[in-house]
Amino acid sequence: MTEGRNAKSAFVLLEDGARFDGIAAGGGGWADFATGEVVFTTGMSGYQESVTDPSFAGQIITFTYPHIGNYGVCEDAMESSRIWARAVVMRSAMNTEDAPTAERGWLDWLADCGVPAISEVDTRALVRHIRDAGSMRGGVFPGSMGVDEARALIAAEPSMQGADLARIVTPREMTVHGGGDGPRIAAIDTGIKGSIVRNMVQRGAVLELHPCTVTAEALLASDPDAIFLANGPGDPAALDYIVDTLRDLVGRKPTFGICLGHQLLCRAVGLDTYKLAFGHRGGNHPVKDLETGRIEITSQNHGFAVLGPGGEHTIAGDEPVRWQTDFGAAQLSHINLYDRTVEGLTLLDVPGGTVQYHPEAGPGPNDSLYLFDRFLDQIKAAA
Amino acid sequence: MPRRDDIQRILILGSGPIVIGQAAEFDYSGVQACKVLREESYEVVLVNSNPATIMTDPEFADATYVEPLLPGPVAQVIAREKPDALLPTLGGQTALNLAKELHENGALAEHGVELIGANYEAICRAEDRDQFRVTMENAGLRMPRSAIATTAAEAQDAMIDIGLPIIIRPAYTLGGRGGGIARTPDEFREIVRGGLDASPIGQILIDESVLGWGEFELEVMRDHNDNCVIVCSIENIDPMGVHTGDSVTVAPQQTLTDRLYQKLRDQAFTVMRAVGVETGGSNVQFAVNPTTEEIMVIEMNPRVSRSSALASKATGFPIAKIAARLAVGYALDEIDNDITRLTPAAFEPTIDYVVVKIPRFAFEKFSGVDERLSTHMKSVGESMAIGRTFQQAFAKAMRSRELDSVPDVGGALEELLARLEMPGPDRYDVLLAAFRAGADPEEIERRTKIDLWFLRELKQLADDPDGPFRGTRTFKSVDTCAAEFAAETPYYYSAWETPSPPAPREGFTTPHHEVRRGAKPSVVILGAGPNRIGQGIEFDYCCVHAAMTVRASGRDAVMVNCNPETVSTDYDTSDRLYFEPLTLDDVLGVVEIEQPGGVIVQFGGQTPLKLAAGLQGAGVPILGTSVDAIDLAEDRGRFGALLERLGYEAPPYATAHGVSEALAASESVGFPLLVRPSYVLGGRAMEIVYSVEDLADYLARTAAPNGPLGWGSADPKGRLVGTEREIFLDRFLENAIEVDVDALCDGEDVWIGGIMQHVEEAGIHSGDSACVLPPHSLGPEMLDEIREHTRGIALGLNTVGLINIQYAVTLDGRLFVIEANPRASRTVPFVSKAIGVPLAKMACRLMLGERLEDLALPSETMPTDHISVKEAVLPFDRFIGTDALLSPEMRSTGEVMGVARDFPTAFAKAQAAAGLRLPNEGTVFITLTDGDKSGAYAIASRLEDLGFRIVATAGTAQAIRGMGARVDEVLKKVGDGSPNVVDLIEAGEIDLIINTPTGSGARADGWEIRRAAIARGIPCITTLSGGHAATRAIAAARNGEPKVVSLQELHRDRQRVG
Ligand SMILES: Nc1ncnc2c1ncn2[C@@H]1O[C@H](COP(=O)(O)OP(=O)(O)O)[C@@H](O)[C@H]1O
Ligand SMILES: Nc1ncnc2c1ncn2[C@@H]1O[C@H](COP(=O)(O)OP(=O)(O)O)[C@@H](O)[C@H]1O
Ligand SMILES: [Mg+2]
Ligand SMILES: [Mg+2]
Repeated sequence: MTEGRNAKSAFVLLEDGARFDGIAAGGGGWADFATGEVVFTTGMSGYQESVTDPSFAGQIITFTYPHIGNYGVCEDAMESSRIWARAVVMRSAMNTEDAPTAERGWLDWLADCGVPAISEVDTRALVRHIRDAGSMRGGVFPGSMGVDEARALIAAEPSMQGADLARIVTPREMTVHGGGDGPRIAAIDTGIKGSIVRNMVQRGAVLELHPCTVTAEALLASDPDAIFLANGPGDPAALDYIVDTLRDLVGRKPTFGICLGHQLLCRAVGLDTYKLAFGHRGGNHPVKDLETGRIEITSQNHGFAVLGPGGEHTIAGDEPVRWQTDFGAAQLSHINLYDRTVEGLTLLDVPGGTVQYHPEAGPGPNDSLYLFDRFLDQIKAAA
Repeated sequence: MPRRDDIQRILILGSGPIVIGQAAEFDYSGVQACKVLREESYEVVLVNSNPATIMTDPEFADATYVEPLLPGPVAQVIAREKPDALLPTLGGQTALNLAKELHENGALAEHGVELIGANYEAICRAEDRDQFRVTMENAGLRMPRSAIATTAAEAQDAMIDIGLPIIIRPAYTLGGRGGGIARTPDEFREIVRGGLDASPIGQILIDESVLGWGEFELEVMRDHNDNCVIVCSIENIDPMGVHTGDSVTVAPQQTLTDRLYQKLRDQAFTVMRAVGVETGGSNVQFAVNPTTEEIMVIEMNPRVSRSSALASKATGFPIAKIAARLAVGYALDEIDNDITRLTPAAFEPTIDYVVVKIPRFAFEKFSGVDERLSTHMKSVGESMAIGRTFQQAFAKAMRSRELDSVPDVGGALEELLARLEMPGPDRYDVLLAAFRAGADPEEIERRTKIDLWFLRELKQLADDPDGPFRGTRTFKSVDTCAAEFAAETPYYYSAWETPSPPAPREGFTTPHHEVRRGAKPSVVILGAGPNRIGQGIEFDYCCVHAAMTVRASGRDAVMVNCNPETVSTDYDTSDRLYFEPLTLDDVLGVVEIEQPGGVIVQFGGQTPLKLAAGLQGAGVPILGTSVDAIDLAEDRGRFGALLERLGYEAPPYATAHGVSEALAASESVGFPLLVRPSYVLGGRAMEIVYSVEDLADYLARTAAPNGPLGWGSADPKGRLVGTEREIFLDRFLENAIEVDVDALCDGEDVWIGGIMQHVEEAGIHSGDSACVLPPHSLGPEMLDEIREHTRGIALGLNTVGLINIQYAVTLDGRLFVIEANPRASRTVPFVSKAIGVPLAKMACRLMLGERLEDLALPSETMPTDHISVKEAVLPFDRFIGTDALLSPEMRSTGEVMGVARDFPTAFAKAQAAAGLRLPNEGTVFITLTDGDKSGAYAIASRLEDLGFRIVATAGTAQAIRGMGARVDEVLKKVGDGSPNVVDLIEAGEIDLIINTPTGSGARADGWEIRRAAIARGIPCITTLSGGHAATRAIAAARNGEPKVVSLQELHRDRQRVG
């Protein structure tokens, strides 16, 4: 049910001073506050997957779909062991546990986890503001707090540009997943989603998840068949230590990356990344596979992207354009049909390739699961 | 691959008359297709028998044929026009089945016409329930266990094997016609019999029941590169067991986890591919077990549908437009999303609001029918509402229904709960009442299987009806992308939001309105709301013409309507579309932000008229005929006085307030009497009574609180008149010829568009009777008198715009005025197409200030080179149990038009188009009331000459023989033992029935006969006049299949106006 008419008032404040009022949702209201980069996602379902996706670390998620929490939460839908989003902004929050799979109410769970949630917000007005002004820092505050105090707290929040959040979400030590007879894959875990692990393991792969500070030697210790670069939060430009590690690996092992991993591999081969105005977050972006000409509806969650061969932000045609990299040629393999940004590329002279979006879904469409097969076939081929 | 250049001419088939299960949505999709195909510079040939559609406006196609949607006429069109391709997926099941027949009888092959959009095999795999099941099984998808039966015996075995309750669904019928849920063996046998009759191929599917499972629909699009997208997911609040057309539905789905939803999505694509629909849109229906999450496929429609129209309006993704482009070779990524203009159509809309669709029923018009909702669709229209929350949308949807009377939700809680177990038309009123009476969601879930998510929301709404409407009203846009991109298309809905302080940035205001209103003056056009009997697509046609005219005049056209099926709610019909309920408050909300130069209330039927006074009271300028004139025409006293002043005759009448007054007045007026409540459209609750006893009985039946007279509900002026509600008593003119006139008036001059003579005599509602233009049996003097009266009344009412006047001409040649409606009438599109002048556009120009002389209208004399016949289409076959009789109460859902050089041929065409198969030979059964017996001879002898066997009941036979014609057999009446009439009808030994009843007594007699006729689909004519016309039509049919003719040919001589 919609939470707390006559519950505690609360508000969202952005660094440019725009304010959107609502009420504190969950546990009947919270005293605490949260700051971070305010972003929006347009997915109409999959709220639990989103907040537990480590890529949302340091961010406040605004859901464009009004009703959030409709089917509660359950263990199965966790993309990691905890909530990473700093707070959630909603139009109409729900706390029901009626759904067959529900193990707990959405708002109760957020409250348990100490994550501020605000509801009854004119989220569409907020989203249009961000769309026009770009995503920016902001916070979710109790109505009792003065605007100046809130302003100061936002100012104290470091900008997303140049932020190394990988260190925060990465595991303390290496773990191994799956016991199939498939290839052995060593991954740099910058905040990998459970769905990626599941998809690889289901296909028989053995997956090592290493802390992001891992050295090339440590990665190669088990003589893996391939290196995998996970998704994750923050600015790829702040992760040069991973990029350096990669430069030792590219060419020696087939190397693949998703999302942040895609950006890191691209930087490792000498390409550049930039910050998108308000990012891609949702489950409906069309992406064209230039190899097959097929269009996939994709799950997206990123705030940075890779520059085109001429340093351009977007690619004009549907041609598989090429980059000259430090490791030979790279070719555009996927393009976003919404804003024509780079969605994936293949390394032509060394084994490897990447995609910017999320073939693992969770949440979102399953159109791109084929990429995991393609990926494992390429590893077998290279072996 | 872009546009195909190997085809130039494309044939599009419409869906014909509005019937239950096939309504205005196919005009909307057809119009969209015509638009884009011509944009793509293809030639479009269109066939549709329904004149009230926008698509049959001559400017929407290169050749427009208002001809029966039957293999014969369409084959003629193909032979004449030589199209390269046939696009069959836009005209509903009618077009699909017709295309199938044209393929099977070789007509397509003969003229080298290619089926595009869906090929023959795909159509069969989807439409033939057995083939579909096999296809699904091979694709690894689950369906309810089921068996096919073509005989009662096969069905019986299946029942024993599958077990009760059980679902029966006939193959190839619309909206589940003839199917149902059987809970007992008797119910089963009965439904099976009906189902086998209803199916054109005599095949039924017998399904394991998944009653109570969740019902979901996905709208899929696929292009020739095999790219698939889901446009929209729709969740039925009513679980499996209530036809989706009768269910309250919500978009997007609310209760499925992301993982389960993605499973449905994947399966929808599998269905699409397995059936093999290469390009276009399809609708896939699923049942989902609420606890185990098992999924079953229920059906798929390989074409645009009611749901795809809903999905288009709900998301802003124009499915029909895109489907048409896909059919001519484009791929999804080669087509622009015209809402954002910068992203391609290859995407899935994401929305940041909730959409609720609610059906509109009309059971009050069909006494004796089973009102329980089932697997066979019974609603006649629908409303859609958009809100930022489910509660906002649901509350708006409820107030969009335009009910004539408040549903009775009295009674104890236990009573209400019991009613909920058998879903009926007022289910949600009862449900809210139950909550107010203290029911808890779990209890109602147990009784209804409605998902608790909805029930908890509805309980909140019941407890706090104003809750969703706190905060400030803001207007937000429908943009397909949840504001991720700036939208170009001005398509708005109202949303109530928590107000926030103004943002520091430019262009941001509070409340956060998104309406971008230019400097141009705007004119608000109020639509007609949900389709219902008495107020159908004709009024939407007029509103669309008003929008076109306002735009052409250099002003902004602003449309307000809540009917998702219509062309008026297509975002590119007007400059700004507000998808809102047509209540005073909602409309004033639009007016507040639009600040229009004026509001047009003349084109949307009774709906906007009801608001006129309130709008004027709020200081809103009303264009055209004044509110006072509207009242003058509606108010019996004032109108009577006007007629008196003009010296025109009207039937003696009285206006009574309450029962006792009515009884008292009846004597002075004189019997027979025509009784009805005031301010009703379509003759609601109108009856002919022959004596004081009849009258007392009528009042007792209807005047009960919440009876059809609607004591409980407010009249248009917003007054709750309670037991003081007005009742009209008119002297009923027997055997009078009824005449309908549509005219234009600018306040000083009058131009008569058309004089229509009804085929059936006065007493049959104008909406239900066939009519002829020009009149075929009125003398020039009478026509002049009619013209003179029309001028007098139009000017007397200070009409500015359209006026419709109904007259009755009695046997002694006297002209009576029955009523005048200073507004667009049901017949405007028919007349416009018959005479080649778009009356609604002309009227709109007058309302915007032009004079008749500015319009360059042709001389008033009517075209004589061709005859146009309008025939009504009645839904009796879907309301088994109701008497299939024409009466003063309108009950038709749609109409067709037949055009030819002579009346009999035009009438024959209209009959064929209306689905009445007049026989060329065989046996005619005649049974007439005493009043008509004298007329029996003429018909009988004519039919005898035509070689028919004549059989009749004793009395009628005597009359016929007495006049010297032959009667081959005298039949036993029902109840005089068998074999009687009904036995013969059911045995299929009768090919045509002429049965006229009058007076309540005779009505009862004929009831069984008509029921049997309907069930067997045998034409049954219930008026003498209709019988004469039919006889002449049968004779005309001897000259072979009537020639088809296009509107463009008809009016080639007439210079285009408009
Ligand atoms: N096996 C079943 N058990 C229960 N209800 C069913 C079953 N099959 C269909 N229905 C109900 O009947 C309705 C009509 O069935 P459908 O196959 O969609 O026919 P139509 O072609 O008329 O849409 C559905 O909307 C659903 O509510
Ligand atoms: N005095 C009358 N005598 C005979 N028939 C009448 C009379 N008044 C009305 N009717 C019949 O009833 C029908 C409906 O009446 P009308 O006044 O037109 O109601 P509505 O407003 O529903 O059109 C008419 O079309 C006509 O056939
Ligand atoms: Mg269906
Ligand atoms: Mg009338």
